Amino acid sequence: MAHAHSVKRHKGLMDWLTTVDHKKIAILYLWAGGFFFGIGGIEALLIRVQLAKPMNDFVSAQQFNELITMHGTTMIFLGVMPVIFALMNAVIPLQIGARDVAFPFLNSLGFWTFLFGGLLLNLSWIMGGAPDAGWTSYTPLSSTTYSLTHGIDFYTIGLQIAGLGTLIGGINFLATIITMRAPGMSFMRMPMFTWTSFITSAMILFAFPAITVGLVLLTFDRILGANFFDVSKGGNPVLWQHIFWIFGHPEVYILILPAFGVISEVISTFSRKRLFGYSSMVFATILIAFLGFMVWAHHMFTTGLGPVANALFSISTMLIAVPTGIKIFNWLFTMWGGQIRFTVPNLFAAGFIPTFVMGGVTGVMLASAPADYQYHDTYFVVAHFHYVIVGGLVLGLFAGLHYWWPKMFGRMLSERLGKWEFWTFIIGFHLTFFVQHFLGLIGMQRRVFTYLPNQGFDLMNLVSTIGAFLMGVGVIIFLVNVVITARQPVGVANDPWEDGRTLEWSIPSPPPEYNFKQIPLVRGLDAFWKEKTAGHKEMTPAEPVGPIHMPSATILPFLMSLGIFIAGLGFMFTSDDFGNNFLNFIFNNYIVTGIGLAITFGSMLWRSLFDDHGWHIEQDELNEKGVKA
Amino acid sequence: MTTPHAPKVTGALPHEPEKATLEGRNKILAFWLFLGGEAVLFGTLFATFLTLRNQVAEGPSASELFSLPMTAAATFILLVSSLTSVFAIQAMHRGNKKSLMGWLSVTVLLGLAFLILEIYEFSVYMIHDDYSMTTSAFSSAFYTLVGFHGAHVLFGILWIGILIGQLLKKGLTVVTAPKIYVSAMYWHFIDVVWVFIFTVVYLLGKAGV
Repeated sequence: MAHAHSVKRHKGLMDWLTTVDHKKIAILYLWAGGFFFGIGGIEALLIRVQLAKPMNDFVSAQQFNELITMHGTTMIFLGVMPVIFALMNAVIPLQIGARDVAFPFLNSLGFWTFLFGGLLLNLSWIMGGAPDAGWTSYTPLSSTTYSLTHGIDFYTIGLQIAGLGTLIGGINFLATIITMRAPGMSFMRMPMFTWTSFITSAMILFAFPAITVGLVLLTFDRILGANFFDVSKGGNPVLWQHIFWIFGHPEVYILILPAFGVISEVISTFSRKRLFGYSSMVFATILIAFLGFMVWAHHMFTTGLGPVANALFSISTMLIAVPTGIKIFNWLFTMWGGQIRFTVPNLFAAGFIPTFVMGGVTGVMLASAPADYQYHDTYFVVAHFHYVIVGGLVLGLFAGLHYWWPKMFGRMLSERLGKWEFWTFIIGFHLTFFVQHFLGLIGMQRRVFTYLPNQGFDLMNLVSTIGAFLMGVGVIIFLVNVVITARQPVGVANDPWEDGRTLEWSIPSPPPEYNFKQIPLVRGLDAFWKEKTAGHKEMTPAEPVGPIHMPSATILPFLMSLGIFIAGLGFMFTSDDFGNNFLNFIFNNYIVTGIGLAITFGSMLWRSLFDDHGWHIEQDELNEKGVKA
Repeated sequence: MTTPHAPKVTGALPHEPEKATLEGRNKILAFWLFLGGEAVLFGTLFATFLTLRNQVAEGPSASELFSLPMTAAATFILLVSSLTSVFAIQAMHRGNKKSLMGWLSVTVLLGLAFLILEIYEFSVYMIHDDYSMTTSAFSSAFYTLVGFHGAHVLFGILWIGILIGQLLKKGLTVVTAPKIYVSAMYWHFIDVVWVFIFTVVYLLGKAGV
């Protein structure tokens, strides 16, 4: 062992820029996602201030369009997606008994491309105007005829880069779950969160390339003068709607499935019971994913596809209520007769169930094509999708964050503050969105920047705004909780909730960088619970203690993403006049784009030519620190 | 397993060196998944093309534009290159590095020939026929679909070219073998895509269906 520890270990900022450890990447995803979530939240509050009273002039119509576009885009792509990836990164390798993901390098690359894409999109605020055609960016509204600033270019190129990161992450998790499971962990012994993340990753793989193409087409229309959506040259705007929703509808199931997984874990843990109907849960998840690809045109009932298409998509949409109902009943039956403890994660999980059911019910209402002509583009739709995304996904994410926080950071979040957070957030949520159902039904259109008084809209809009601020208070309490917790010393037990069922609770909190000193042997569903009921304190190891191979830290993923960022920015301004010869020269001749691509492809070449052999953590080091007697 | 250096890669190679390590098997699996995503990517491009293929506006239609003998030749060249990449993998399984590098080089050269034909074809349309991305919806869809494929061919040529260099420097090992195997998978995939392009874009276009 003469050469041991020859590996260079980074400290401070360089450690974060170069890390390939899934647990650190999870924290990066969490901070970045939280940052964008904050931006999207502020945008939401500005929207609600504008709508608080009729004929308000807090923001202009143009600013309002930019705010709603960026609120939707930011929340979906840059807020909740990364927090989902944070949980997946933090938990999945631990739940399947692995030392890391299948491709640590790609994991880091996925994070940095997402971050740079998100930054590029948000640069639009200070570089001449944000995108303003709604988060769906329908053509021809998003064409250069009607959207004159670079806003939509920031949208297409920013999302393109961020989407690349998501796709990379999806492939990585698929491979990880297929090949890296510990001995004995068959597919039907995988924890539910791992299952739903697995299916979500598969959906990412088959849905994201569609939006990649859609964004390319829109970019080409806007920057190269192509005619995909230009009717005067034979283009077809409905094509954009199809491509967008072929991606967009699976996307909403990509978002909600991991939340289903979190809820399954939390409810079963705090009911001290095995998840009711585990195999039907797995089946329902797969069925939701499958059907999720078959329903995209229910967003286009009023486009004029004809009665046959509308009828088929109505039926397929309603079918999704069946597997979703299976899940709801399974959660209820899990709680039935359990020893329920209402900890903060479980409060969020319990609050999730009725809230999500309400979103599901309005979903079935919207699925009825004739009725949809009445609901379409009203606040009824806004209420529906906020019930499923905030009332479903965000409550699920809060449940997951509170539940796994001690595992990620080694410190318990305050339960007292957490309860305050839960009640302010959920009451604020229902105040904000419940009235919006009725606003929509009495005719308030979505995406209008203001409205006339005395149409019956005034009071409900004010209530909605008050509710939004209450949600804001809930989020601030969460942040206060995080700051207070961060000042406490690390040192919670392996299994701080005491009823942990899955493998992540069998190792220290936070886990050592190699996760498992010895890969555990899995003997059944809820592997750790099974050992506990057999009277064991720890998992039975499946291998002797030996040196552990680790991948090397590297700056290359950061550089690759930086290169794509520069190339994207350069491509956007290829036909602009900057009033400056030098800038005109480097942008208009694709020189900036070329430099960016050179950085990216150069880094790829470097990665290919110089193999990373990684390094080993030796046995004596493991014995020194990794063991709790 | 006692040094932090490279795993032992000398000595006799197993029959399928690309699957000898967990890293190699992971790489092949993930590449299959990636190709699944690529299939959706090209599927969406094909759907776009099929929607817009008759929307020629003022510009020429497919049957006025295309010349089948040249694209047929390009098709033949690309299909042969798929065959030579199979020979390369067979050589790899025999552990014959020299033959492997030879067949990979032939593959790259055939890919290059295909690409030159395609660039020539595009330049004829652009210069001679004044037919560009901005002419019509059909032209946008045509250049984007075929251009995406061409960019994939270019990437494949550079990639396999670099791998030949690595073979020269590092030899055929359990580290280089999976790289070669997935590059061959990639090459077959873009060949299959081309078969669809030849049928859907050129044959159907020329037939005026």
